[in-house]
Amino acid sequence: MKIHEYQAKQLFAQYGVPVPEGYAAFSVPEAMAAADKLPGPVWVVKAQIHAGGRGLGGGVKVCKSKEEVRERSQQILGMMLKTHQTGPEGQLVRRLYIEGGADIKRELYLGMLLDRDVGKIVVMASTEGGMNIEDVAHNTPELISKVWIDPSVGVQAFQGRALAFKLGMTGKTVNAFVKTLNSLYELYMAKDCSLVEINPLVVQGDGSVIALDGKVNFDDNAMYRHPDIMAFRDLDEEDPREIEASKYDLNYVHLDGNVGCLVNGAGLAMATMDILKHYGSEPANFLDVGGGATAEKVTAAFKIILSDKRVHAIFVNIFGGIMKCDTIAEGVVTAAKEVGLDRPLVVRLEGTNVELGKQILRDSGLPILTGNDMKDGAQKAVEAAKQYAAAHA
Amino acid sequence: MAVLVDKNTRLLVQGITGTSGAFHTRQAIAYGTNVVAGVVPGKGGTKFDDNVPIFDTVADAIHATGANASVVYVPPPFAADAIMECADNELALCVAITEGIPVLDMLRVKQFLAGHRTRLIGPNCPGIITPGQCKIGIMPGHIHKPGNVAVLSRSGTLTYEAVGQLTALGIGQSTCIGIGGDPIKGTDFIDALTLFAEDPDTHAIIMIGEIGGSAEEEAAAWIKANLKKPVIGFIAGLTAPPGRRMGHAGAIISGGKGTGQSKIAAFEENGIRVAPTPGDLASTLLKVWQPK
Repeated sequence: MKIHEYQAKQLFAQYGVPVPEGYAAFSVPEAMAAADKLPGPVWVVKAQIHAGGRGLGGGVKVCKSKEEVRERSQQILGMMLKTHQTGPEGQLVRRLYIEGGADIKRELYLGMLLDRDVGKIVVMASTEGGMNIEDVAHNTPELISKVWIDPSVGVQAFQGRALAFKLGMTGKTVNAFVKTLNSLYELYMAKDCSLVEINPLVVQGDGSVIALDGKVNFDDNAMYRHPDIMAFRDLDEEDPREIEASKYDLNYVHLDGNVGCLVNGAGLAMATMDILKHYGSEPANFLDVGGGATAEKVTAAFKIILSDKRVHAIFVNIFGGIMKCDTIAEGVVTAAKEVGLDRPLVVRLEGTNVELGKQILRDSGLPILTGNDMKDGAQKAVEAAKQYAAAHA
Repeated sequence: MAVLVDKNTRLLVQGITGTSGAFHTRQAIAYGTNVVAGVVPGKGGTKFDDNVPIFDTVADAIHATGANASVVYVPPPFAADAIMECADNELALCVAITEGIPVLDMLRVKQFLAGHRTRLIGPNCPGIITPGQCKIGIMPGHIHKPGNVAVLSRSGTLTYEAVGQLTALGIGQSTCIGIGGDPIKGTDFIDALTLFAEDPDTHAIIMIGEIGGSAEEEAAAWIKANLKKPVIGFIAGLTAPPGRRMGHAGAIISGGKGTGQSKIAAFEENGIRVAPTPGDLASTLLKVWQPK
């Protein structure tokens, strides 16, 4: 789960990571009220969307007067902000963050996430603050320093100092950095984070450090024990189809192709996308109905897939293990009749009760194409999508 | 012989009375697995299906039944605790089926396991099966057939796909292990490959990976340096966009790492043939190996 910058900074402040004073605003008058609370002489108006790269997209503006705060807030609120993470249509800006300025002497990077290869949290720090850290890692990996945290004792001061000296810090800045790192780790562990990032972490003229931006992601599996974090969830930032899918416990990710997929199991669902591509189509989605799919879940999955008008054909690919093929077939038939099947449907069933399942599909009277195996089903779905596209061009 | 589980496995089930624990225990018993005990705190002294004795603690269950392996069906908030209870009693094998355990819980479990002899498989995995002898987990038993091909995978249903293709061609399996789709797990590819390398019943291996992490790359290098048996591979998720989690918590391309392309390249550089589609797993194996 992702949250906004201003929410991340609330958490930072709560755990002792220094942040500039700032206030969230949902309207221009609120933005002006926020500006009135700040001393000036500089105000920063920041678009709050979940995607990164907001500054380059024109979503972050430094203002020299309150009148400028008003102008910039009017411009940014309601704009479709396009960044490298939003996709070509951009993301609608509904919230702003109005913040005081900082005395920027140096801009650094500090991040923390799981290193799955060693099973520990890794801290990454770099002198290249303000840059896209993935680019830094790719182009100049020597500019990133790392330490790994032993989970039984947590982050240690010597590790913080080692990073601080590599970042070229001196004097009281070293201790300020160590303290910030401790706070960040405490937040990471307390709230089941999956990523905590300060980019840039700024060293100010007086030697103090301050988080000028903040990004915090969370482990979805752990959110049951963090109602305070769940309250930060902003449904406006999520794909409506993915929200609908999550209500039915379906794993759905919207993609840009035209063959919809309904599969059991994450690995098989990914492999199904791959085989469609292999035969010349692009998948419209990733969809894992899970191991305990009921007719209700399959119906919901169908509706979500068909609500995407770019879908030209649907490929149902099921290897029924514990889940029985007749259950799936009944779900597919019920869903197809209820939703109205206006696009070609290819079904491949394998595993437990497969003959019973195929019989149900035959008896339904619906124009369902049968895939004899995964390859056959994928080829038929690709072909059906092409024919549908040609007929409806 | 086989790997890790066989006729001598005496299984205890943690969470035997839950919906999925109960269902899969019945399936396992029907397959022939020797289920000797269940563990459900507070239900000790009762029986599951009037047949399997239930105990309050893993220690009690081992003491009374001589159980030597465990399977965990406990819900996510309590699963880490169940795994550690198992390890604290030094059971040889713990298979964690539970999906959705928080990553930080597994971080602590991994740390805890380091001081114990218990081998963990999973979590978030289909389990392990030695066809005709012992089935631990949620895989459909009937698609398997005893034989000499090992199947090793991060994905459940893709394992079934491989097994289904093999059995359809009359080729049996030695042991099939689903290592699970989470970023922190007990047994990794190299651990399992080490076991298969030493198993005389395993003559060839199908290894199925997916996007995320670098376990496949490391396994590929290990195979070239250490393994004399034929291996073919497959990687799921070539079409997955970066930064999006594809169902499995571990299936995510992040920081430009863990792409399908880099994994396939690592396989090919280390002499492992890669199936062109998931429909070609068994046929690709037959290009590098023939059953006797």
